[in-house]
Amino acid sequence: MNIPADLRYNNSHEWVRLEGDIATVGITDHAQAELTDVVFVELPAVGRQVDLGDPTAVVESVKAASDIYAPISGEIVEGNPEVEADPALVNTDPYGKGWIFKLRVKDIAAVEKLMDAAAYQAMIS
Amino acid sequence: MSEELLHSPLEAAHIELGAKMVPFGGWYMPVQYTSILDEHAAVRKQVGVFDISHMGQIVIEGLGAESWLNRMLVNNVSKLQVGQGQYSLLLNERGGVIDDLIIYRESETRFFAVVNASRIEQDFFWMAQHQPEDVALANESDLWAGLAVQGPLAAAVFARLFPNVTLPPRNGIVRFTHEGQELIVCRTGYTGEDGFEFFSAAGEGPTWLKAFVAAGAKPCGLGARDSLRLEMGYPLNGNDLSEELTPLEAGLGFFVDLDKGDFIGRDVLAAQKSNGLTRKLVGLQYLEKGAPPRAHYTVETPAGEVIGELSSGVLSPSLMTGIGMAYLPIEHCKLGTQVQIDVRGRKFSAKVVKKPFYKTNAKAS
Repeated sequence: MNIPADLRYNNSHEWVRLEGDIATVGITDHAQAELTDVVFVELPAVGRQVDLGDPTAVVESVKAASDIYAPISGEIVEGNPEVEADPALVNTDPYGKGWIFKLRVKDIAAVEKLMDAAAYQAMIS
Repeated sequence: MSEELLHSPLEAAHIELGAKMVPFGGWYMPVQYTSILDEHAAVRKQVGVFDISHMGQIVIEGLGAESWLNRMLVNNVSKLQVGQGQYSLLLNERGGVIDDLIIYRESETRFFAVVNASRIEQDFFWMAQHQPEDVALANESDLWAGLAVQGPLAAAVFARLFPNVTLPPRNGIVRFTHEGQELIVCRTGYTGEDGFEFFSAAGEGPTWLKAFVAAGAKPCGLGARDSLRLEMGYPLNGNDLSEELTPLEAGLGFFVDLDKGDFIGRDVLAAQKSNGLTRKLVGLQYLEKGAPPRAHYTVETPAGEVIGELSSGVLSPSLMTGIGMAYLPIEHCKLGTQVQIDVRGRKFSAKVVKKPFYKTNAKAS
């Protein structure tokens, strides 16, 4: 199971990559393997304010719809149009082209409170 | 359901094959092994094998069996030659569907019914309540393990394992002995592809699952079973059929013989036929790319008036578009009628289409 060391993770299986005050969010390799075959991604509206834990996007497999939660509070600045067009990117490249949304974080220090790779690894094993 | 889950005799074999197990109809069953999309494609293009041990088997035997079954079921069992089967339905007095099933004639006086997992108790209870003295009933559901081998290569898989046994023609049944084991093979399925359902003693089930896999069949779960049957527009009892809805409303009039004599529910169906239906189960297909439709999503007119809800829905893996079924008021049932489906507040436009949604190459013979 791929868990990049340079990312942060929360307990509902989202990852966060912080660049400046912009956080890119996606779901982990473990999460995509559990969901299998992503066939649809519903993106959040740009400009929406989300708080940590808010249902923010929806990822759907053939069998079920799963909420994707905001791992950090902030304002949505972008949804990934590529996963809307090709939802399977969430399966094939969960940490790269399969990212789901970006948000401008309110409090950069909050990112430090998320799990590091080792802690996430421990949680899922 | 709060009751304890029932377990397939194949459970350990599923886990060994990497299945993801879920509760379904009171049973703990594999929903998928690796990928619903891959399993679905295997059945459409090659061959897959499903555990159907949860389904029920009821034997109906006796001098009065044929005439009694004609009073209990909507289809005409007198049309069956020995070795043939037919799709039929068991109705309540209101014409509502207790269960849909396949009934096979094994001799002049012996019939074998394969019924839905979640309905075994109700079916058997209903039959026993109406049982005459010259008919014996046996619920053999616990005795048999069942496997459905489905796909264009199903007959080749069968021939590999049983070179000396001829598969029966479509809807046929053959009971045979193989190395001392009693086995049953029925040329039917729930996918629209060629294939067969295979029953062995419960304890032998895991060995046969592995044998079919070794002969080339991909293990498939209930997820693919559902998407495959929905592409064909086949109803699932509990979703698309219920005790409050008749087979005519479900679009299953082809299987109802109103001319064979009386049967339970017949007067209700005859009245519906002469008065006309007020609602009907229709196929709906998305006109745009959208979130997968699912059971219970609301169906509306393009103006936003609620006219029903989906009884089943899925993103069709073969068509890569949303498909579903819904009971709609008759004025909205005409082919081509436009509707919209509400998915978490977003509306996706769809239209009424003819079933099946997907056409297979399986021979109709």
